[in-house]
Amino acid sequence: MFEINRRRNNPRWNIREDLAGYMFIMPTILVLGTFVVLPILYAVFLSLQKVQLLGGIEYEFIGFRNFTQLAEDERVWIALRNTAQYVAIVVPTQTVLALILAVTLNSGIRGKNWWRILYFLPTVTSSTVLTLIFMWIYNTDGLLNDFLTFMGLPTYNWLGDPAVALKGIMIMNIWSTAPFFMVIYLAALQDIPQTLYEAAELDGANEWQQFIHITLPLLKPVTFFVVAVGVIGTFQLFDQSYIFSGGTGGPNNATLTVVLLIYQSVFRNLQMGYAAAIAFLLAAVIIAITLIQRRLFGGERI
Amino acid sequence: MIKISGLSWLKVLLYILLTFYAIVTLIPFLWALSASFKPLTEIVSGEPNFLPKNFTLDNYRQIFLQEPLFWRWLFNSVAIAVSVTLLNLLLNSMAGYALARLRFVGKRFWFFLILAVLAVPTQITLIPTFLILKAIGWLNSYQGMIVPSMVNATFIFMMRQFFVNFPKELEEAAQLDGLNTFGIFRHIVLPLAKPALAAQAVFVFMGSWNNFLLPIVILFDPEMFTLPLGLNTFKGQYISYWNYIMAASMVFTLPALGIYAFFNRYFIQSVTFTGGKG
Repeated sequence: MFEINRRRNNPRWNIREDLAGYMFIMPTILVLGTFVVLPILYAVFLSLQKVQLLGGIEYEFIGFRNFTQLAEDERVWIALRNTAQYVAIVVPTQTVLALILAVTLNSGIRGKNWWRILYFLPTVTSSTVLTLIFMWIYNTDGLLNDFLTFMGLPTYNWLGDPAVALKGIMIMNIWSTAPFFMVIYLAALQDIPQTLYEAAELDGANEWQQFIHITLPLLKPVTFFVVAVGVIGTFQLFDQSYIFSGGTGGPNNATLTVVLLIYQSVFRNLQMGYAAAIAFLLAAVIIAITLIQRRLFGGERI
Repeated sequence: MIKISGLSWLKVLLYILLTFYAIVTLIPFLWALSASFKPLTEIVSGEPNFLPKNFTLDNYRQIFLQEPLFWRWLFNSVAIAVSVTLLNLLLNSMAGYALARLRFVGKRFWFFLILAVLAVPTQITLIPTFLILKAIGWLNSYQGMIVPSMVNATFIFMMRQFFVNFPKELEEAAQLDGLNTFGIFRHIVLPLAKPALAAQAVFVFMGSWNNFLLPIVILFDPEMFTLPLGLNTFKGQYISYWNYIMAASMVFTLPALGIYAFFNRYFIQSVTFTGGKG
């Protein structure tokens, strides 16, 4: 009450506080304005133009032709299909693996923190380094094929065979991302009150029943978060495909992803407007899936 | 949840499972580390030995002494990641503090704008950002890598939540002692925000250090490359010299590991914070 009156009665105080507020937030406004808000508007503009990049930049308004071109472009469909396949396999696998690891770590074993630090290693390491290491392990005469031979299993040309190239990236990314979600699950598991399990035990529920009827339902909001972040992350696959294929998306477009296609459209084909249209397509797909997922999870708020 | 007391067969099974996964986690790193100390002849001989037979430091000597740009890439990466991290810590907390504590015209508008920005996919802004940087002549420059990344809506939001729950009394006491808003922020608020800042430092540093997409779009002169780009061209140049590539990869990984080990405690705390607690 007192402060409100002071503000009303003293315009100088008012201005001073406004000034302080804006001095604190001005850098943020400038940066987000220039590199997020302006780019969004610019992207809308670009997607309706044919952009010429000879010397200076020239624009030619072509309406929705970039978007109609999308539907006819075979590589867009290949990239979408690859990316969708990647998401469909990687997200469920890494989520289940993360949950298994978290529950195992949380079951009263010794040295929990040490396991956790160890498992987290791949998440901390850069995708560039991981991709290089895996490319080497995936070599035709590399460690993985040695191991498969030793086990009496068939070997693959992981990098050169279109049938398995994307699977190689999947394996690597499940391996490197699962620990991140494991840590999130671990944090959530620790928030579940012990009394719930004690009560269930008194009621005669065994450990498996406790897991199904207490742990899983209480983890639902976290699972929503893990799946949502997983979907967004996997749809943006770029680094690994780029490094694996030397930027081409090969062999035979097997590792071509939507973001790699956007990159190629800009820097190989110099089609800025078309690339902006692909970016909008990708954003629409991600937003749609997130909304559907929110429906499925009953509109849980995180 | 599985809760086991005493040493039962189930517990033994759990330890076996954990050990197995630890091996799965470690093998690629150990394999790369060991290769970085092997001569190329030993690597291509195809023997799967994890301990180098002919231990050598030549690979590291090669990348540090013979590869003219390696130091430059290391310097670029460190300079950019450190600047981006420090600027983020300062600017995100300033914005978060203003949104949590200061009163000014249009605060609600800016708050909702920052929330909206959180939801924008990076692909949308990537190409226009490239064109804007081109227009102001910041392509292939440090400022082009630093300025667009020096604030982060996610962490502004996180800092705001942190400051909202922050006890007001200390700030009020400092105000009575005659400190102005900047003084309070500098001497009272920032020191008390250390855990939140440490967690943020890890995330921002790692993000910048490991970033591949932004540098590959806006840097094109090999002198300006950061380590991820340098390493990628390195791969092309030394296409089957896995000994050099692995040594360079190990050098690149070390700083990130160091930061992670150093801040590990805060890092996990912050994950608890973002882990969807109500």
